Amino acid sequence: MPEPPEPAAGADSPVLEAVGLGKSFAGVRALRGVDFSLRSGEVHALVGENGAGKSTLIKVITGVYRPDSGTVRLSGAPRSFRNPLEAQAAGISTIYQEVNLIPLMSVARNLFLGREPRRFGLVDLRAMNRLATETLSRYGVRVDVTRPLHTLGLGAQQMVALARAVQLESRVVIMDEPTSSLEPREVKTLFSVISALRSQGIAVVFVSHRLDELYEICDRVTVLRDGAVVHTGELAGFGRLELISLMLGRELSEVRAEGATAFDTAGHAAHGGQPALRATGLEMRHRLHGVSLDVHPGEVVGLGGLLGAGRSETAKAIIGALPTDGGSVEVDGKRLHQRSPASAMRAGVVMLAEDRKAEGIIPSLSVRENIVLAALPRMSRAGVVSAKKQDAVVKLFMDRLRIKASSPEQRVSDLSGGNQQKVLLARWLCMNPKVLLLDEPTRGIDVGAKAEVQALIDELAREGLAVLLISSELEELIEGSDRIVVLKEGAVIGRLDGDEVTEERLMRTLAAEAPSDASDSSAVEAHAEQTGDEERER
Amino acid sequence: MSSSTLNRTLPPGPAAQPAESAQAPTLRERISYQVQRRGALAVLVLVAALASALSPTFPTWSNISSILGNNAFVWLLALAMTFVITTGGIDLSVGSLYALGGVLAARGAQTGAWAAVLLPLVVCAAWGAVQGLLVAKARMAPFIVTLAGLLGARGLLQAITNEGSTTYLVPQGSWFRDLGQGTWTPVLIVTALFVLGWLLLERTRFGASLTAIGGNETASRLLGLPVDRAKVLVYLLSGTLAGMAGALGGSRLGSGVTTIGLGYELTAIASVVIGGTLLTGGFGSVGGTVCGVLLLAVIHNLIDHYFSQYGSAFTDAVNGGFLAAVVLLQTALSRMRRL
Amino acid sequence: MSSITWAPERVSRDRLLRWLQDYGVYGALVVLLVVAVALNTNFLSASNWRVQLFQLAPTLLVALGMALVIGTEGIDLSVGAVIALAAAAIPLYIGYGPWAAIGIALLLGAASGIVGGSMVAIAGVQPIVATLSLMIGVRGLANLMNGDVAKPVGDSTLLGLGENTVLGVPVMAWIALAAAAVTGLVMRLTTFGRQLVAIGDNRPASRLAGLPVRRVLITVYVVSGVLSALAGVLIVGHGAEADPANQGLSMELNAITAVVVGGTPLTGGRVRVLGTVAGALFMQLITAVLTQHNVHESYTQIVEAAIICFAVYASRERGTR
Repeated sequence: MPEPPEPAAGADSPVLEAVGLGKSFAGVRALRGVDFSLRSGEVHALVGENGAGKSTLIKVITGVYRPDSGTVRLSGAPRSFRNPLEAQAAGISTIYQEVNLIPLMSVARNLFLGREPRRFGLVDLRAMNRLATETLSRYGVRVDVTRPLHTLGLGAQQMVALARAVQLESRVVIMDEPTSSLEPREVKTLFSVISALRSQGIAVVFVSHRLDELYEICDRVTVLRDGAVVHTGELAGFGRLELISLMLGRELSEVRAEGATAFDTAGHAAHGGQPALRATGLEMRHRLHGVSLDVHPGEVVGLGGLLGAGRSETAKAIIGALPTDGGSVEVDGKRLHQRSPASAMRAGVVMLAEDRKAEGIIPSLSVRENIVLAALPRMSRAGVVSAKKQDAVVKLFMDRLRIKASSPEQRVSDLSGGNQQKVLLARWLCMNPKVLLLDEPTRGIDVGAKAEVQALIDELAREGLAVLLISSELEELIEGSDRIVVLKEGAVIGRLDGDEVTEERLMRTLAAEAPSDASDSSAVEAHAEQTGDEERER
Repeated sequence: MSSSTLNRTLPPGPAAQPAESAQAPTLRERISYQVQRRGALAVLVLVAALASALSPTFPTWSNISSILGNNAFVWLLALAMTFVITTGGIDLSVGSLYALGGVLAARGAQTGAWAAVLLPLVVCAAWGAVQGLLVAKARMAPFIVTLAGLLGARGLLQAITNEGSTTYLVPQGSWFRDLGQGTWTPVLIVTALFVLGWLLLERTRFGASLTAIGGNETASRLLGLPVDRAKVLVYLLSGTLAGMAGALGGSRLGSGVTTIGLGYELTAIASVVIGGTLLTGGFGSVGGTVCGVLLLAVIHNLIDHYFSQYGSAFTDAVNGGFLAAVVLLQTALSRMRRL
Repeated sequence: MSSITWAPERVSRDRLLRWLQDYGVYGALVVLLVVAVALNTNFLSASNWRVQLFQLAPTLLVALGMALVIGTEGIDLSVGAVIALAAAAIPLYIGYGPWAAIGIALLLGAASGIVGGSMVAIAGVQPIVATLSLMIGVRGLANLMNGDVAKPVGDSTLLGLGENTVLGVPVMAWIALAAAAVTGLVMRLTTFGRQLVAIGDNRPASRLAGLPVRRVLITVYVVSGVLSALAGVLIVGHGAEADPANQGLSMELNAITAVVVGGTPLTGGRVRVLGTVAGALFMQLITAVLTQHNVHESYTQIVEAAIICFAVYASRERGTR
């Protein structure tokens, strides 16, 4: 380890400190006066649900964004980085969830890109390969470094990214969900590297949604919610339930009065008998492990879990938008053989995607065209669209969902988020679906529209639609759902029914130390269990 | 950074860790890797061997020297294209710049031999730089910029030659004229340039940055590579090489021919891609390009010999067929690797 | 303070660019006509217009297909080669009668489109790469079919298509206009047209909405191939000879220019049929005006190159929405 450029910092003086950071995007406050401090030689967990401001905080610290207010101090000196490179040069390295290296170039090239050892002005390949082999072997990666990077497993690639980052005289290493695509064994190697970094006095920021991992490797934790820090402290001895309740913004003692949402809490009389949707043993490498669930007509089934638990993946696997490695989907008892969104749609299963912009609206088309997009073939004769049929449907849904647009011809990208969401709902409802998968249907829309959407979900279920509801908002999930299937790391860890559908039960399920077939905080047991994990994956 | 300081900055890793040796490459990976890198060479050897066995005239020195002497300068366009395609771009203007370079050289030769060398280099370098700026800074699609460049450079060429009515001759006795004569001089010049090009791509930081940009531009920026500068430079380099090729071609022909160079960009692209360089960027091979140009030259020579009644048409069909097959093969190979 | 004065400026600049892209081509066309007439009052004469329309028709046909392809965020560089292929097919099959020859030419265009479209939609090759290889190969194939020398074509039906006029307007122009009208109606009224635009605008969302993405993509390239082949037939009829080595050269550039000048962004999601007609007309007329006033072809080419760059630059601004 090189001498730190600044005088050795005391154990408690922070190597990196953020004071009062604020950042807004188009009027939305992503960070509200965030204080964050990082000591050298600690592994600091940064947690929070979607939209809590984790990634904004990281981006402000590393110079991707400039803060509206507040300062970042590195070893006590205020710094303002204009881009990630400057932050890197100052000793803050970031490892992204997606490996940001060059897949077709050799391992050694990737490791030394931009600072290759040279002789006589030319790159000294022999020295470079030798150094690369030495370096990587210290990270437990023994490979032929002349092979293209992409031939390595994701874990080894992640290690190369890590080795590259740490090479740069780093004092701070930020890891944004580094374990999300790793095999259990690779996670173990990563953790031993992190431990080594810690022992060298390097500070590590560790972002993850896997509680077991946090408790295994992290010393302290900072919890963000709605752009503000709600807790910072030692992780050891800090209860899981407490942590989860902080992330979700729920005090355990605080039993919320019902009616915070527009859902009718009476529940729906589920029509018994055959489920409208039955998914059995959905498998997806690294993401889903044998997820099974069914939804009856007239019932709202909630899909609970923390960020990254595999909720969206489950929905996408059901409609065939993501390829599965196993499992089956039945609609009204009939198995779907061809797996694609189009065939799911024909069978009566539709999904409201989570990412409205990227996977929902067609921005340059009008409200009318966005509504009828999926139903076009049904509204046309010999390929010619019937304006009359269209207008009738569009008017019906614009009225029923109270879509506020100056006219059906208005461009959908000019509408508010809530109205865009209603347009998308209308797109699916005019297909007369049997099963509706809703992925975060009220995210990013204003309060009024939110209540309307919630009331609508209720109404649809009462009319006999089978609804699968994904929501990160606890109260929405609890009050909207008749039953809840709880996911964690891609597997079902609990099912709540009837009276069990309460916030407390849900949080306890989420916080539960995993049963014997899932993870545990002790390293030895984790090891044994991870082997089990691997076997189960096969 | 010397290797010793670099070594010193490496932290001691977790030595006690049980080593994770990444799994050995699978058979499919090895096949796809080898086909990508050595496919052109293998086909070249095969075709050349077949040609030598079947045709008594093919392996003669007079035939080989005519292949080399007549084509060598045009191969520089493929060298230029290798760099551009490696970055994930494309330069459709090289054919026009080849013609422009020849005319400018002949025009410059009226003043003196040095002017004959410098004029095409400077003008074509500037042309390439402008294209590079439009691609890198104005973020316009390379194909549209260089397609406009193709048109514009032809226009400039016509303007210089009074709509093709003026033909500039390289004066007899100028040393510039000797550059393009015979077999050995062109072969030596072109070989030297290819070796330099290989060194540039494989053994310099600039070359590494070209490959990296083509492989993943966003990551390259995050890794701290000067992406915009490299892009401008690569189009500048491409323009310069095309101009140089044109000038040398003018030297060989002894005059500036305005109608030359049509469609040369397509042959250059075909040679580059056949050589294993990925048209999507991220992997470029100068050695592969050498195999590509030689392979096409051998095939064209055979076509001229056996199918001369069809003329150059057969050549184009072969170029296109090869290109389509190689592109499909590359897509299939990269899918194979991803699996 | 500065941010307050800055914001409205930005908005008006955006609006100006949007307006420029949407209507700029019509404005430019009017200005060009005024200038042309001011310089030469004969510009509006029927004979001049006939000449212009003869030259405009093939470009417009190709540009229509190109506009559809560009609408899906693709590009078709093979159009010029397909023209050559169609031209090569005519003399070969004219023995079976003109309509059979035309039919085969169009079929060849469709086949080329199927190959290109499949490479894009099924094999996942980038459009520019797929159609580039097609461009080289198809032209070679055309030259191979025809041989090196141009072949005269004397069939009266074909010559009629290329030379005759109806109501003073060339048959070629009627065909091109009809194609434009049909394209416009298809884009506006049919499922296919709406799906095409949706796919070009947001492909992941279109896939999730159950649209037949592959089928639409392949169809688009087939349409482009057929329209290019039709242009090739008309070019042969007009010139009374099939010369695949020279016919359709740089047609891809002309067509892309017409489409982009007409306000269709290269980023897809939008197809402006009327704009494409205006764009093709504009490029045709500016060449004509420059030529008629003895501006050398060289400068005409340079001007065209500059217009392309400007049009792409302007459309690029809005592409970043």
